Amino acid sequence: MTSAGSSTPRRHGRRGRRGEQLMVPRAEFDSYYGRPVIKAPSWEPRDIAGYFFLGGLAGAGSVLAAGAHATGRSTTATAMKISSLTAVSLSAAALIHDLGRPDRFVNMLRVFKPTSPMSVGSWLLSLYGPAAGAAAASAVTGRLPRLGATATGAAALLGPAVASYTAVLAADTAVPAWHDAHRELPYLFTASATAAASGMALVLGPRSENSPARHAAAVAAVGEIAAHRALERRLGLVGETYRDGRAGTLLRAARALTFGGALGATLLGGRHRAAAAASGLALLAGSAFTRFGVFAAGIASAEDPKYTVRPQRERLEERRRT
Amino acid sequence: MSEDRAATAEERVGFFTDTSVCIGCKACEVACKEWNAIPEDGLELTGMSYDNTGDLGASTWRHVAFIEQPRADGRTQLPLLEGQSAKTPDGEMRWLMSSDVCKHCTHAACLDVCPTGSLFRTEFGTVVVQEDICNGCGYCVPACPYGVIEQRPVDGRAFKCTMCYDRLGAGQEPACAKACPTDSIQFGPLDELRERAALRVDQLREGGVTEARLYGEDPDDGVGGDGAFFLLLDEPEVYGLPPDPVVTTRDLPTMWKHAGAAALSLVGGIALAFAAAAGRGRA
Repeated sequence: MTSAGSSTPRRHGRRGRRGEQLMVPRAEFDSYYGRPVIKAPSWEPRDIAGYFFLGGLAGAGSVLAAGAHATGRSTTATAMKISSLTAVSLSAAALIHDLGRPDRFVNMLRVFKPTSPMSVGSWLLSLYGPAAGAAAASAVTGRLPRLGATATGAAALLGPAVASYTAVLAADTAVPAWHDAHRELPYLFTASATAAASGMALVLGPRSENSPARHAAAVAAVGEIAAHRALERRLGLVGETYRDGRAGTLLRAARALTFGGALGATLLGGRHRAAAAASGLALLAGSAFTRFGVFAAGIASAEDPKYTVRPQRERLEERRRT
Repeated sequence: MSEDRAATAEERVGFFTDTSVCIGCKACEVACKEWNAIPEDGLELTGMSYDNTGDLGASTWRHVAFIEQPRADGRTQLPLLEGQSAKTPDGEMRWLMSSDVCKHCTHAACLDVCPTGSLFRTEFGTVVVQEDICNGCGYCVPACPYGVIEQRPVDGRAFKCTMCYDRLGAGQEPACAKACPTDSIQFGPLDELRERAALRVDQLREGGVTEARLYGEDPDDGVGGDGAFFLLLDEPEVYGLPPDPVVTTRDLPTMWKHAGAAALSLVGGIALAFAAAAGRGRA
């Protein structure tokens, strides 16, 4: 109990071999018995990181679907519309499942609050969901083609917002790894969403139609790696949470899968159906790993008080100096 | 960043917790639990100090932090008598005790991010959860820069200090302040408390307690000032408080801007892919 109120002296103590040296230097970082300052969200990773993935897949998928629709790639267009409807339906299920009071989910539409990304997202999903549904229904049944085309366009307009707002949802918290990355996270999320959607198009679409998906996969992989680099550069100390532990493992796997998938799609995806499908699966898995990795980094940064205290302390010192 | 108190007649009230006179009796914790009928939330021993409560949470709305601190320059003694020195010269242990509570921020992140409108600002300038509206989305939990609000596992909804909203309505002071035997917890109009706190910190510093400082009293800080602020005898992080908290929604306009640009880049990227595919097709 001698190191009460601070966790660093223990670390310093380990350096010296002589146990009698009780006079430790002033701790560079104090905490209350090493306890976290902020509370990590109690969200289930499967529900919320899963939703980040599914929302991205749905949103970017609607843009790909509209492109395929407009360029006469009808098999891919229909497949992507069904994929987006399925993904957004699973998203809604995951979000409701994660509520402490699922029976009160309609309270999400009780008010509209621009200061709450979750409120904005609820309204966005309530507009996007029906559009994605109408687009898919029309494509599958062949009925009401004009309404189907309008719905396809509406879903393609709302889809990018569905894919990018989830980054704001995470960043608009006191969680250091998410909040401090609020400038880069949206780009990481939309790149990851594009990777997932192009992966799905490679899995589901015929070889003759998959050229746009292969190009999109390459753009997404480059974008994701660039956004990740920029994010880690800005974060400094907090960037550790994206490299260490569970988050580090997930994100390294994500980068390998995304890069490998994009490379496979570019080199072989146009020639071999199986290679296209395998590349597509790698891209989908890479996107999911990215979301679970970012989620894990946030939790790790909330649970260790040093990620809350040190950047704030440095900010204070900086202000005191100027 | 909502401080929507336009149509309120009541004066903004708050807590000034003067930790220099806290004796760690935890009467506030007990009074709070009793008055608000908060369920029991674990009877474990933490093994770290006399603090077996741990932290604020869904079922702990007052938490007495208890810090045992080895000090080379001696323990803090308050100048109780004229002419008495504030320090003892030899190295000793000192105890710091502080009763923590929801800060009822001027710019409250929990309130800003709540998607249902369950969290609201009362006519007293406090921040309260409406239990019949909360759907347990849990967004307020990571939004709070102090780690105050939390979901109760068996219930699912979020709970925190209401500053005894029911008692305030009846013209009574909150249960914790009422029960505090040393007046470490002082309740009153926020302006009055700030004046009183400024006098108290001057008095302590003049008496030789140079480490005395106020925390959360500044209306220009990252949360626009706390409705519940403190007099501390060490850095805030020693008590488990963030040294420079900022309401997360301060950066929300930047976040929306980047999200918009990212959404456009998504459309641009996919359009580029289709253009490249068309070009390749022609070639």
